[in-house]
Amino acid sequence: MPESESPPLVRVRGLCFRRGSRVIFDGIDLDIRRGRVTAVMGPSGTGKTTLLKLISGQLRPDRGTVEVDGVDVHALDRAGLYRLRMRMGMLFQSGALLTDLDVFENVAYPIREHTRLNESLIRRLVLIKLEAVGLRGAARLMPSQLSGGMARRVALARAIAMDPMMILYDEPFTGQDPISMGALLKLIRGLNDAVRLTSIVVSHDVRETAEIADELYVISNGKVVQHGSPEAMMRSDDPWVRQFLHGLPDGPVPFHYPAPPLADELLGAGT
Amino acid sequence: MSAVLDALAALGAGGIAVLRRIGRASLLFVAMAAGVGELLRKPGLVVAQLYGIGVLSVLLIAVAGLFVGMVLGLQGFYILSQFSAEATLGVMVAASLVRELGPVVTALLFAGRAGSALTAEIGLMKATEQLSGLEMMAVDPVRRVLTPRFYAGVLSMPLLTAMFSALGVLGGYFVGVGLLGVDGGTYWAQIEAKIDFSEDIVNGVIKSLVFGVVCTWIALYQGYDTLPTSEGVSRSTTRTVVHSALAVLGLDFILTALMFGN
Ligand SMILES: Nc1ncnc2c1ncn2[C@@H]1O[C@H](COP(=O)(O)OP(=O)(O)OP(=O)(O)O)[C@@H](O)[C@H]1O
Ligand SMILES: [Mg+2]
Repeated sequence: MPESESPPLVRVRGLCFRRGSRVIFDGIDLDIRRGRVTAVMGPSGTGKTTLLKLISGQLRPDRGTVEVDGVDVHALDRAGLYRLRMRMGMLFQSGALLTDLDVFENVAYPIREHTRLNESLIRRLVLIKLEAVGLRGAARLMPSQLSGGMARRVALARAIAMDPMMILYDEPFTGQDPISMGALLKLIRGLNDAVRLTSIVVSHDVRETAEIADELYVISNGKVVQHGSPEAMMRSDDPWVRQFLHGLPDGPVPFHYPAPPLADELLGAGT
Repeated sequence: MSAVLDALAALGAGGIAVLRRIGRASLLFVAMAAGVGELLRKPGLVVAQLYGIGVLSVLLIAVAGLFVGMVLGLQGFYILSQFSAEATLGVMVAASLVRELGPVVTALLFAGRAGSALTAEIGLMKATEQLSGLEMMAVDPVRRVLTPRFYAGVLSMPLLTAMFSALGVLGGYFVGVGLLGVDGGTYWAQIEAKIDFSEDIVNGVIKSLVFGVVCTWIALYQGYDTLPTSEGVSRSTTRTVVHSALAVLGLDFILTALMFGN
Protein backbone atom coordinates (compact mmCIF):
# COMPACT_ATOMS: atom_id res chain seq x y z
CA MET A 1 0.00 0.00 0.00
CA PRO A 2 1.37 3.40 -0.88
CA GLU A 3 0.16 5.21 2.22
CA SER A 4 2.15 2.98 4.52
CA GLU A 5 5.25 4.51 2.91
CA SER A 6 4.10 8.10 3.46
CA PRO A 7 5.11 9.65 6.78
CA PRO A 8 2.70 9.05 9.65
CA LEU A 9 0.09 11.72 10.37
CA VAL A 10 0.87 11.73 14.07
CA ARG A 11 4.34 11.00 15.33
CA VAL A 12 4.84 10.85 19.09
CA ARG A 13 8.41 10.59 20.33
CA GLY A 14 9.74 10.10 23.84
CA LEU A 15 6.62 11.55 25.41
CA CYS A 16 6.81 12.04 29.17
CA PHE A 17 3.99 13.43 31.26
CA ARG A 18 3.37 13.67 34.97
CA ARG A 19 0.39 14.61 37.12
CA GLY A 20 1.85 15.83 40.37
CA SER A 21 4.25 13.08 41.36
CA ARG A 22 2.38 10.39 39.43
CA VAL A 23 4.09 9.47 36.18
CA ILE A 24 1.45 8.97 33.48
CA PHE A 25 3.75 8.56 30.46
CA ASP A 26 7.34 7.55 30.68
CA GLY A 27 8.76 7.96 27.20
CA ILE A 28 6.28 6.54 24.74
CA ASP A 29 6.59 6.43 20.95
CA LEU A 30 3.56 6.16 18.68
CA ASP A 31 2.96 6.44 14.95
CA ILE A 32 -0.54 7.03 13.68
CA ARG A 33 -0.60 6.23 10.00
CA ARG A 34 -2.65 8.20 7.51
CA GLY A 35 -5.98 6.83 6.44
CA ARG A 36 -6.00 4.13 9.11
CA VAL A 37 -7.97 3.40 12.21
CA THR A 38 -5.58 3.11 15.11
CA ALA A 39 -6.91 1.87 18.40
CA VAL A 40 -5.30 2.70 21.73
CA MET A 41 -6.14 0.41 24.60
CA GLY A 42 -5.10 0.06 28.16
CA PRO A 43 -6.48 -0.39 31.64
CA SER A 44 -8.66 2.34 33.10
CA GLY A 45 -6.57 5.22 34.41
CA THR A 46 -3.47 4.56 32.30
CA GLY A 47 -3.82 7.89 30.56
CA LYS A 48 -5.61 7.25 27.29
CA THR A 49 -7.67 10.41 27.59
CA THR A 50 -4.51 12.22 28.61
CA LEU A 51 -2.81 10.96 25.46
CA LEU A 52 -5.56 12.39 23.26
CA LYS A 53 -5.30 15.70 25.10
CA LEU A 54 -1.54 15.76 24.55
CA ILE A 55 -1.97 15.04 20.85
CA SER A 56 -4.54 17.80 20.45
CA GLY A 57 -2.43 20.31 22.36
CA GLN A 58 -4.75 20.68 25.35
CA LEU A 59 -1.97 19.53 27.64
CA ARG A 60 1.75 20.16 27.43
CA PRO A 61 4.20 17.26 27.80
CA ASP A 62 7.08 17.44 30.27
CA ARG A 63 9.39 16.04 27.64
CA GLY A 64 9.14 14.62 24.13
CA THR A 65 7.38 15.80 21.01
CA VAL A 66 4.07 15.33 19.25
CA GLU A 67 4.03 16.05 15.54
CA VAL A 68 0.77 16.21 13.62
CA ASP A 69 1.09 16.41 9.85
CA GLY A 70 4.73 17.41 10.21
CA VAL A 71 4.30 20.25 12.70
CA ASP A 72 5.25 20.14 16.36
CA VAL A 73 1.94 20.70 18.16
CA HIS A 74 3.51 22.14 21.28
CA ALA A 75 5.66 24.66 19.40
CA LEU A 76 2.61 26.26 17.78
CA ASP A 77 1.20 29.56 18.97
CA ARG A 78 -2.49 29.87 19.74
CA ALA A 79 -3.53 30.83 16.23
CA GLY A 80 -1.50 27.98 14.75
CA LEU A 81 -2.97 25.52 17.21
CA TYR A 82 -6.50 26.66 16.37
CA ARG A 83 -5.78 26.30 12.65
CA LEU A 84 -4.61 22.75 13.29
CA ARG A 85 -7.66 21.97 15.42
CA MET A 86 -9.96 23.06 12.63
CA ARG A 87 -8.72 19.95 10.85
CA MET A 88 -9.13 17.75 13.93
CA GLY A 89 -12.32 16.48 15.50
CA MET A 90 -12.44 15.19 19.02
CA LEU A 91 -15.16 13.16 20.63
CA PHE A 92 -14.99 13.74 24.38
CA GLN A 93 -15.62 10.94 26.82
CA SER A 94 -18.37 13.07 28.37
CA GLY A 95 -19.78 14.42 25.13
CA ALA A 96 -19.08 18.04 26.12
CA LEU A 97 -22.17 19.40 24.36
CA LEU A 98 -23.11 23.02 24.99
CA THR A 99 -26.03 22.70 27.37
CA ASP A 100 -27.72 25.98 26.41
CA LEU A 101 -28.11 24.96 22.75
CA ASP A 102 -30.28 22.20 21.30
CA VAL A 103 -28.91 19.26 19.35
CA PHE A 104 -29.23 20.97 15.98
CA GLU A 105 -27.47 24.12 17.16
CA ASN A 106 -24.72 22.11 18.82
CA VAL A 107 -23.87 20.42 15.54
CA ALA A 108 -24.24 23.69 13.65
CA TYR A 109 -21.99 25.53 16.10
CA PRO A 110 -18.58 24.88 14.53
CA ILE A 111 -20.01 25.50 11.06
CA ARG A 112 -21.46 28.84 12.11
CA GLU A 113 -18.25 29.80 13.88
CA HIS A 114 -15.86 29.04 11.06
CA THR A 115 -17.78 29.49 7.83
CA ARG A 116 -20.18 31.97 6.28
CA LEU A 117 -22.52 29.44 4.74
CA ASN A 118 -26.15 30.44 4.36
CA GLU A 119 -28.84 29.06 6.60
CA SER A 120 -30.30 26.51 4.20
CA LEU A 121 -26.88 25.02 3.50
CA ILE A 122 -26.09 24.82 7.21
CA ARG A 123 -29.42 23.12 7.77
CA ARG A 124 -28.71 20.56 5.12
CA LEU A 125 -25.20 19.85 6.43
CA VAL A 126 -26.38 19.45 10.01
CA LEU A 127 -29.23 17.13 9.06
CA ILE A 128 -26.84 14.95 7.04
CA LYS A 129 -24.48 14.66 10.02
CA LEU A 130 -27.34 13.90 12.39
CA GLU A 131 -28.73 11.32 9.98
CA ALA A 132 -25.35 9.61 9.98
CA VAL A 133 -25.53 9.09 13.73
CA GLY A 134 -29.22 8.19 13.61
CA LEU A 135 -30.46 11.20 15.54
CA ARG A 136 -32.07 13.43 12.93
CA GLY A 137 -35.35 13.04 14.81
CA ALA A 138 -33.73 14.42 17.98
CA ALA A 139 -32.61 17.67 16.35
CA ARG A 140 -34.78 19.86 18.57
CA LEU A 141 -34.06 18.17 21.89
CA MET A 142 -31.88 19.85 24.48
CA PRO A 143 -28.74 18.00 25.68
CA SER A 144 -30.35 17.47 29.10
CA GLN A 145 -33.08 15.44 27.38
CA LEU A 146 -30.61 12.98 25.84
CA SER A 147 -29.31 9.74 27.27
CA GLY A 148 -25.56 9.39 27.71
CA GLY A 149 -25.24 7.27 24.60
CA MET A 150 -27.30 9.69 22.52
CA ALA A 151 -25.27 12.65 23.76
CA ARG A 152 -22.11 10.92 22.64
CA ARG A 153 -23.56 10.34 19.16
CA VAL A 154 -24.52 14.02 18.90
CA ALA A 155 -20.98 14.89 19.95
CA LEU A 156 -19.75 12.64 17.16
CA ALA A 157 -21.96 14.43 14.65
CA ARG A 158 -20.47 17.70 15.86
CA ALA A 159 -16.92 16.34 15.64
CA ILE A 160 -17.40 15.46 11.98
CA ALA A 161 -19.31 18.66 11.15
CA MET A 162 -16.26 20.41 9.73
CA ASP A 163 -15.04 17.33 7.80
CA PRO A 164 -11.73 17.06 9.65
CA MET A 165 -8.68 15.12 8.45
CA MET A 166 -8.40 13.28 11.74
CA ILE A 167 -10.82 12.34 14.50
CA LEU A 168 -9.91 11.41 18.04
CA TYR A 169 -12.55 9.20 19.61
CA ASP A 170 -12.51 8.90 23.39
CA GLU A 171 -14.57 5.85 24.33
CA PRO A 172 -17.16 6.19 21.55
CA PHE A 173 -18.92 2.95 22.47
CA THR A 174 -19.62 3.41 26.16
CA GLY A 175 -23.33 3.45 26.85
CA GLN A 176 -24.36 2.24 23.40
CA ASP A 177 -26.81 -0.62 22.91
CA PRO A 178 -25.72 -3.43 20.53
CA ILE A 179 -27.55 -1.86 17.60
CA SER A 180 -26.14 1.64 17.87
CA MET A 181 -22.80 0.06 18.70
CA GLY A 182 -22.83 -1.78 15.40
CA ALA A 183 -23.95 1.37 13.60
CA LEU A 184 -21.18 3.38 15.23
CA LEU A 185 -18.54 0.83 14.33
CA LYS A 186 -19.71 0.94 10.74
CA LEU A 187 -19.82 4.73 10.83
CA ILE A 188 -16.28 5.10 12.17
CA ARG A 189 -14.90 2.63 9.67
CA GLY A 190 -17.02 4.07 6.88
CA LEU A 191 -16.01 7.68 7.56
CA ASN A 192 -12.44 6.61 7.66
CA ASP A 193 -12.55 4.87 4.30
CA ALA A 194 -14.94 7.16 2.45
CA VAL A 195 -12.98 10.38 2.91
CA ARG A 196 -9.61 8.88 3.83
CA LEU A 197 -9.75 10.20 7.33
CA THR A 198 -7.38 9.15 10.05
CA SER A 199 -8.95 7.87 13.23
CA ILE A 200 -7.63 7.26 16.71
CA VAL A 201 -10.03 5.23 18.80
CA VAL A 202 -9.62 4.87 22.54
CA SER A 203 -11.79 2.10 23.82
CA HIS A 204 -12.18 -0.77 26.24
CA ASP A 205 -14.37 -2.80 23.94
CA VAL A 206 -11.57 -5.05 22.78
CA ARG A 207 -13.43 -7.32 20.41
CA GLU A 208 -15.41 -4.61 18.64
CA THR A 209 -12.53 -2.22 18.38
CA ALA A 210 -10.18 -4.89 17.10
CA GLU A 211 -12.72 -5.58 14.38
CA ILE A 212 -12.44 -2.12 12.83
CA ALA A 213 -8.87 -1.20 13.77
CA ASP A 214 -5.95 -1.53 11.39
CA GLU A 215 -3.46 -1.17 14.17
CA LEU A 216 -3.58 -1.64 17.90
CA TYR A 217 -1.52 -0.01 20.65
CA VAL A 218 -1.71 -1.33 24.17
CA ILE A 219 -0.36 1.02 26.82
CA SER A 220 0.11 0.49 30.51
CA ASN A 221 2.21 1.99 33.28
CA GLY A 222 3.36 4.80 31.06
CA LYS A 223 4.77 2.54 28.36
CA VAL A 224 3.63 1.07 25.10
CA VAL A 225 3.35 -2.61 25.97
CA GLN A 226 2.90 -3.82 22.44
CA HIS A 227 1.61 -2.75 19.07
CA GLY A 228 0.73 -4.35 15.79
CA SER A 229 -2.20 -5.56 13.75
CA PRO A 230 -5.22 -6.78 15.75
CA GLU A 231 -4.82 -10.34 14.50
CA ALA A 232 -1.20 -10.52 15.57
CA MET A 233 -2.03 -8.97 18.92
CA MET A 234 -4.86 -11.40 19.56
CA ARG A 235 -2.48 -14.27 18.95
CA SER A 236 0.24 -12.70 21.09
CA ASP A 237 1.91 -14.88 23.72
CA ASP A 238 2.80 -11.96 25.93
CA PRO A 239 1.01 -12.77 29.20
CA TRP A 240 0.18 -9.12 29.76
CA VAL A 241 -1.39 -8.59 26.33
CA ARG A 242 -3.19 -11.94 26.55
CA GLN A 243 -4.71 -11.10 29.88
CA PHE A 244 -5.82 -7.65 28.79
CA LEU A 245 -7.19 -8.48 25.38
CA HIS A 246 -8.98 -11.61 26.54
CA GLY A 247 -10.16 -10.14 29.82
CA LEU A 248 -8.67 -12.87 32.01
CA PRO A 249 -9.00 -12.24 35.74
CA ASP A 250 -5.55 -13.59 36.65
CA GLY A 251 -2.29 -12.39 35.26
CA PRO A 252 0.27 -9.63 35.45
CA VAL A 253 -2.17 -6.72 34.93
CA PRO A 254 -3.09 -5.12 38.24
CA PHE A 255 -6.75 -4.28 38.79
CA HIS A 256 -5.83 -1.96 41.66
CA TYR A 257 -4.58 1.59 41.65
CA PRO A 258 -1.12 1.51 43.30
CA ALA A 259 -1.57 1.11 47.07
CA PRO A 260 0.12 -0.41 50.10
CA PRO A 261 -1.00 -3.95 50.97
CA LEU A 262 -4.56 -4.06 52.27
CA ALA A 263 -3.56 -5.87 55.47
CA ASP A 264 -1.10 -3.10 56.36
CA GLU A 265 -3.70 -0.46 55.83
CA LEU A 266 -6.39 -2.26 57.81
CA LEU A 267 -3.99 -2.82 60.71
CA GLY A 268 -3.18 0.86 60.70
CA ALA A 269 0.48 0.42 59.76
CA GLY A 270 2.22 3.55 58.60
CA THR A 271 -0.20 5.97 60.19
CA MET B 1 14.27 24.51 63.45
CA SER B 2 12.68 22.44 60.72
CA ALA B 3 9.26 23.57 61.91
CA VAL B 4 10.34 27.14 61.23
CA LEU B 5 11.63 26.15 57.81
CA ASP B 6 8.40 24.32 57.06
CA ALA B 7 6.39 27.34 58.07
CA LEU B 8 8.54 29.56 55.87
CA ALA B 9 8.21 27.14 52.95
CA ALA B 10 4.43 27.03 53.38
CA LEU B 11 4.31 30.81 53.50
CA GLY B 12 6.40 31.03 50.34
CA ALA B 13 4.29 28.45 48.53
CA GLY B 14 1.11 30.27 49.55
CA GLY B 15 2.57 33.56 48.37
CA ILE B 16 3.53 32.11 45.00
CA ALA B 17 0.06 30.59 44.60
CA VAL B 18 -1.55 33.96 45.29
CA LEU B 19 0.76 35.72 42.82
CA ARG B 20 -0.05 33.07 40.21
CA ARG B 21 -3.77 33.63 40.68
CA ILE B 22 -3.33 37.39 40.39
CA GLY B 23 -1.34 36.82 37.22
CA ARG B 24 -3.98 34.56 35.69
CA ALA B 25 -6.76 36.96 36.65
CA SER B 26 -4.84 39.86 35.05
CA LEU B 27 -4.27 37.91 31.85
CA LEU B 28 -7.97 37.11 31.71
CA PHE B 29 -8.79 40.79 32.20
CA VAL B 30 -6.47 41.82 29.38
CA ALA B 31 -7.94 39.17 27.07
CA MET B 32 -11.50 40.28 27.82
CA ALA B 33 -10.62 43.96 27.42
CA ALA B 34 -9.00 43.19 24.06
CA GLY B 35 -12.09 41.33 22.91
CA VAL B 36 -14.21 44.48 22.67
CA GLY B 37 -13.57 44.92 18.94
CA GLU B 38 -15.00 41.55 18.05
CA LEU B 39 -18.11 42.24 20.13
CA LEU B 40 -18.79 45.46 18.26
CA ARG B 41 -19.13 43.32 15.18
CA LYS B 42 -21.34 40.75 16.95
CA PRO B 43 -23.39 42.81 19.42
CA GLY B 44 -25.99 40.06 19.60
CA LEU B 45 -23.69 38.08 21.90
CA VAL B 46 -23.76 40.85 24.54
CA VAL B 47 -27.47 41.50 24.16
CA ALA B 48 -28.27 37.86 24.90
CA GLN B 49 -26.20 38.05 28.10
CA LEU B 50 -27.70 41.39 29.14
CA TYR B 51 -30.95 39.55 29.61
CA GLY B 52 -29.58 36.92 31.97
CA ILE B 53 -27.29 39.25 33.88
CA GLY B 54 -29.18 42.54 33.84
CA VAL B 55 -32.86 42.04 33.18
CA LEU B 56 -33.28 39.14 35.57
CA SER B 57 -31.74 41.26 38.36
CA VAL B 58 -34.20 44.12 37.85
CA LEU B 59 -36.89 42.95 40.23
CA LEU B 60 -34.48 42.33 43.10
CA ILE B 61 -32.76 45.69 42.61
CA ALA B 62 -36.07 47.55 42.29
CA VAL B 63 -37.57 46.11 45.45
CA ALA B 64 -34.35 46.60 47.39
CA GLY B 65 -34.06 50.20 46.22
CA LEU B 66 -37.61 50.96 47.26
CA PHE B 67 -37.13 49.55 50.76
CA VAL B 68 -33.77 51.21 51.32
CA GLY B 69 -35.31 54.55 50.27
CA MET B 70 -38.22 54.01 52.65
CA VAL B 71 -35.89 53.29 55.57
CA LEU B 72 -33.83 56.35 54.70
CA GLY B 73 -37.02 58.39 54.69
CA LEU B 74 -37.96 57.16 58.16
CA GLN B 75 -34.57 57.52 59.81
CA GLY B 76 -33.84 60.78 58.03
CA PHE B 77 -37.12 62.25 59.16
CA TYR B 78 -36.57 61.37 62.84
CA ILE B 79 -33.09 62.87 62.89
CA LEU B 80 -33.81 65.93 60.75
CA SER B 81 -37.01 66.76 62.61
CA GLN B 82 -34.99 67.13 65.84
CA PHE B 83 -33.35 70.14 64.16
CA SER B 84 -36.57 71.20 62.44
CA ALA B 85 -34.90 70.48 59.14
CA GLU B 86 -37.45 68.00 57.68
CA ALA B 87 -37.58 70.10 54.55
CA THR B 88 -34.13 68.85 53.56
CA LEU B 89 -35.24 65.20 53.75
CA GLY B 90 -35.21 64.92 49.93
CA VAL B 91 -31.58 65.97 49.70
CA MET B 92 -30.54 63.63 52.46
CA VAL B 93 -32.25 60.65 50.85
CA ALA B 94 -31.09 61.45 47.33
CA ALA B 95 -27.51 62.26 48.25
CA SER B 96 -27.04 59.10 50.32
CA LEU B 97 -28.48 57.02 47.52
CA VAL B 98 -26.69 58.58 44.57
CA ARG B 99 -23.33 58.91 46.24
CA GLU B 100 -23.06 55.77 48.36
CA LEU B 101 -25.94 53.41 48.90
CA GLY B 102 -26.99 53.13 45.27
CA PRO B 103 -23.66 51.97 43.85
CA VAL B 104 -22.62 49.94 46.91
CA VAL B 105 -25.84 48.09 47.69
CA THR B 106 -26.53 47.44 44.00
CA ALA B 107 -23.04 45.98 43.62
CA LEU B 108 -23.47 43.77 46.68
CA LEU B 109 -26.82 42.50 45.44
CA PHE B 110 -25.40 42.06 41.94
CA ALA B 111 -22.56 39.91 43.30
CA GLY B 112 -25.06 37.72 45.12
CA ARG B 113 -27.58 37.47 42.31
CA ALA B 114 -25.69 37.69 39.00
CA GLY B 115 -22.06 37.14 40.05
CA SER B 116 -22.65 33.83 41.77
CA ALA B 117 -24.75 32.65 38.83
CA LEU B 118 -21.97 33.58 36.40
CA THR B 119 -19.37 31.71 38.42
CA ALA B 120 -21.53 28.62 38.68
CA GLU B 121 -22.34 28.70 34.98
CA ILE B 122 -18.74 29.07 33.79
CA GLY B 123 -17.49 26.64 36.44
CA LEU B 124 -19.97 23.97 35.38
CA MET B 125 -19.11 24.55 31.74
CA LYS B 126 -15.52 23.85 32.69
CA ALA B 127 -16.39 20.83 34.84
CA THR B 128 -18.47 19.28 32.05
CA GLU B 129 -15.69 19.88 29.49
CA GLN B 130 -17.79 22.34 27.48
CA LEU B 131 -14.91 24.82 27.54
CA SER B 132 -12.44 22.16 26.35
CA GLY B 133 -14.98 21.19 23.71
CA LEU B 134 -14.96 24.77 22.43
CA GLU B 135 -11.17 24.80 22.45
CA MET B 136 -11.16 21.65 20.34
CA MET B 137 -13.53 23.30 17.88
CA ALA B 138 -10.91 26.04 17.56
CA VAL B 139 -13.19 28.49 19.37
CA ASP B 140 -11.62 30.58 22.11
CA PRO B 141 -13.89 30.27 25.17
CA VAL B 142 -12.58 33.55 26.61
CA ARG B 143 -13.71 35.46 23.55
CA ARG B 144 -16.88 33.55 22.87
CA VAL B 145 -18.18 32.83 26.36
CA LEU B 146 -16.50 35.07 28.92
CA THR B 147 -16.06 38.39 27.11
CA PRO B 148 -19.75 38.91 26.19
CA ARG B 149 -20.70 38.20 29.79
CA PHE B 150 -18.07 40.64 31.00
CA TYR B 151 -19.37 43.55 28.97
CA ALA B 152 -22.96 42.67 29.76
CA GLY B 153 -22.10 42.86 33.46
CA VAL B 154 -20.20 46.14 33.07
CA LEU B 155 -23.12 47.70 31.17
CA SER B 156 -25.78 46.36 33.53
CA MET B 157 -24.33 47.74 36.73
CA PRO B 158 -24.77 51.52 36.08
CA LEU B 159 -28.28 50.92 34.77
CA LEU B 160 -29.25 48.83 37.77
CA THR B 161 -27.68 51.40 40.07
CA ALA B 162 -29.67 54.21 38.45
CA MET B 163 -32.83 52.20 38.92
CA PHE B 164 -31.98 51.47 42.55
CA SER B 165 -31.37 55.13 43.32
CA ALA B 166 -34.45 56.37 41.47
CA LEU B 167 -36.73 53.92 43.27
CA GLY B 168 -35.00 54.75 46.53
CA VAL B 169 -35.84 58.44 46.09
CA LEU B 170 -39.43 57.44 45.41
CA GLY B 171 -39.45 55.24 48.52
CA GLY B 172 -38.22 58.16 50.58
CA TYR B 173 -41.00 60.27 49.06
CA PHE B 174 -43.71 57.75 50.00
CA VAL B 175 -42.58 57.62 53.59
CA GLY B 176 -41.56 61.26 54.08
CA VAL B 177 -44.32 62.95 52.12
CA GLY B 178 -47.02 60.31 52.19
CA LEU B 179 -46.77 59.12 55.79
CA LEU B 180 -44.87 61.72 57.77
CA GLY B 181 -46.22 64.91 56.25
CA VAL B 182 -43.15 66.52 54.66
CA ASP B 183 -44.16 68.98 51.95
CA GLY B 184 -43.99 67.25 48.54
CA GLY B 185 -42.96 70.30 46.55
CA THR B 186 -40.08 70.99 48.93
CA TYR B 187 -38.93 67.38 48.74
CA TRP B 188 -38.41 67.61 44.96
CA ALA B 189 -37.27 71.23 44.89
CA GLN B 190 -34.53 70.57 47.43
CA ILE B 191 -33.30 67.60 45.45
CA GLU B 192 -33.26 69.63 42.28
CA ALA B 193 -31.39 72.49 43.91
CA LYS B 194 -28.81 70.59 45.93
CA ILE B 195 -27.93 67.46 43.96
CA ASP B 196 -25.08 68.45 41.69
CA PHE B 197 -24.72 66.72 38.35
CA SER B 198 -20.94 66.35 38.16
CA GLU B 199 -20.35 66.14 41.90
CA ASP B 200 -23.02 63.58 42.72
CA ILE B 201 -24.43 61.88 39.65
CA VAL B 202 -21.22 61.51 37.63
CA ASN B 203 -19.29 60.28 40.64
CA GLY B 204 -22.01 57.75 41.37
CA VAL B 205 -21.91 56.51 37.80
CA ILE B 206 -18.13 56.20 37.91
CA LYS B 207 -18.41 54.16 41.10
CA SER B 208 -21.00 51.85 39.61
CA LEU B 209 -18.88 51.33 36.50
CA VAL B 210 -15.86 50.43 38.61
CA PHE B 211 -17.95 48.04 40.70
CA GLY B 212 -19.41 46.53 37.53
CA VAL B 213 -15.95 45.81 36.14
CA VAL B 214 -14.66 44.40 39.42
CA CYS B 215 -17.68 42.25 40.30
CA THR B 216 -18.04 40.74 36.83
CA TRP B 217 -14.31 40.17 36.52
CA ILE B 218 -14.16 38.38 39.88
CA ALA B 219 -17.18 36.23 39.02
CA LEU B 220 -15.84 35.21 35.61
CA TYR B 221 -12.32 34.58 36.86
CA GLN B 222 -13.58 32.40 39.72
CA GLY B 223 -15.64 30.33 37.30
CA TYR B 224 -12.88 30.04 34.72
CA ASP B 225 -10.23 29.09 37.28
CA THR B 226 -12.39 26.71 39.28
CA LEU B 227 -11.45 23.16 40.17
CA PRO B 228 -13.61 21.18 37.75
CA THR B 229 -15.63 19.33 40.42
CA SER B 230 -18.89 20.06 42.20
CA GLU B 231 -16.99 20.95 45.34
CA GLY B 232 -14.68 23.25 43.39
CA VAL B 233 -17.59 25.06 41.75
CA SER B 234 -19.35 25.47 45.08
CA ARG B 235 -16.23 26.96 46.66
CA SER B 236 -15.65 29.30 43.74
CA THR B 237 -19.22 30.54 43.94
CA THR B 238 -18.78 31.38 47.61
CA ARG B 239 -15.47 33.09 46.87
CA THR B 240 -17.13 35.22 44.20
CA VAL B 241 -19.59 36.65 46.70
CA VAL B 242 -17.01 37.15 49.47
CA HIS B 243 -14.32 38.67 47.25
CA SER B 244 -16.80 40.91 45.45
CA ALA B 245 -18.26 42.21 48.70
CA LEU B 246 -14.84 42.98 50.16
CA ALA B 247 -13.61 44.54 46.92
CA VAL B 248 -16.70 46.73 46.59
CA LEU B 249 -16.54 48.00 50.19
CA GLY B 250 -12.79 48.60 50.04
CA LEU B 251 -12.93 50.32 46.66
CA ASP B 252 -15.87 52.42 47.80
CA PHE B 253 -13.78 53.86 50.60
CA ILE B 254 -10.92 54.66 48.24
CA LEU B 255 -13.18 56.16 45.59
CA THR B 256 -15.10 58.23 48.13
CA ALA B 257 -11.84 59.54 49.58
CA LEU B 258 -10.66 60.50 46.09
CA MET B 259 -13.94 62.02 44.92
CA PHE B 260 -15.22 63.82 47.99
CA GLY B 261 -12.02 64.02 50.02
CA ASN B 262 -11.11 67.67 49.58
N1 LIG C 1 -6.88 16.81 36.24
C1 LIG C 1 -6.16 15.82 36.79
N2 LIG C 1 -5.36 16.06 37.84
C2 LIG C 1 -4.62 15.09 38.37
N3 LIG C 1 -4.59 13.83 37.92
C3 LIG C 1 -5.36 13.52 36.87
C4 LIG C 1 -6.19 14.50 36.24
N4 LIG C 1 -6.83 13.91 35.22
C5 LIG C 1 -6.43 12.63 35.22
N5 LIG C 1 -5.55 12.38 36.20
C6 LIG C 1 -4.86 11.12 36.47
O1 LIG C 1 -4.27 10.74 35.26
C7 LIG C 1 -4.43 9.36 35.04
C8 LIG C 1 -4.87 9.12 33.63
O2 LIG C 1 -6.16 9.67 33.45
P1 LIG C 1 -6.94 9.45 32.10
O3 LIG C 1 -8.22 10.17 32.23
O4 LIG C 1 -6.06 9.82 30.96
O5 LIG C 1 -7.18 7.87 32.11
P2 LIG C 1 -7.88 6.97 31.01
O6 LIG C 1 -6.86 6.03 30.54
O7 LIG C 1 -8.57 7.80 30.02
O8 LIG C 1 -8.93 6.17 31.89
P3 LIG C 1 -10.41 5.68 31.50
O9 LIG C 1 -10.25 4.53 30.61
O10 LIG C 1 -11.02 5.31 32.80
O11 LIG C 1 -11.09 6.84 30.85
C9 LIG C 1 -5.40 8.84 36.07
O12 LIG C 1 -4.70 7.95 36.91
C10 LIG C 1 -5.84 10.03 36.87
O13 LIG C 1 -5.70 9.73 38.25
MG1 LIG D 1 -10.49 8.27 29.60
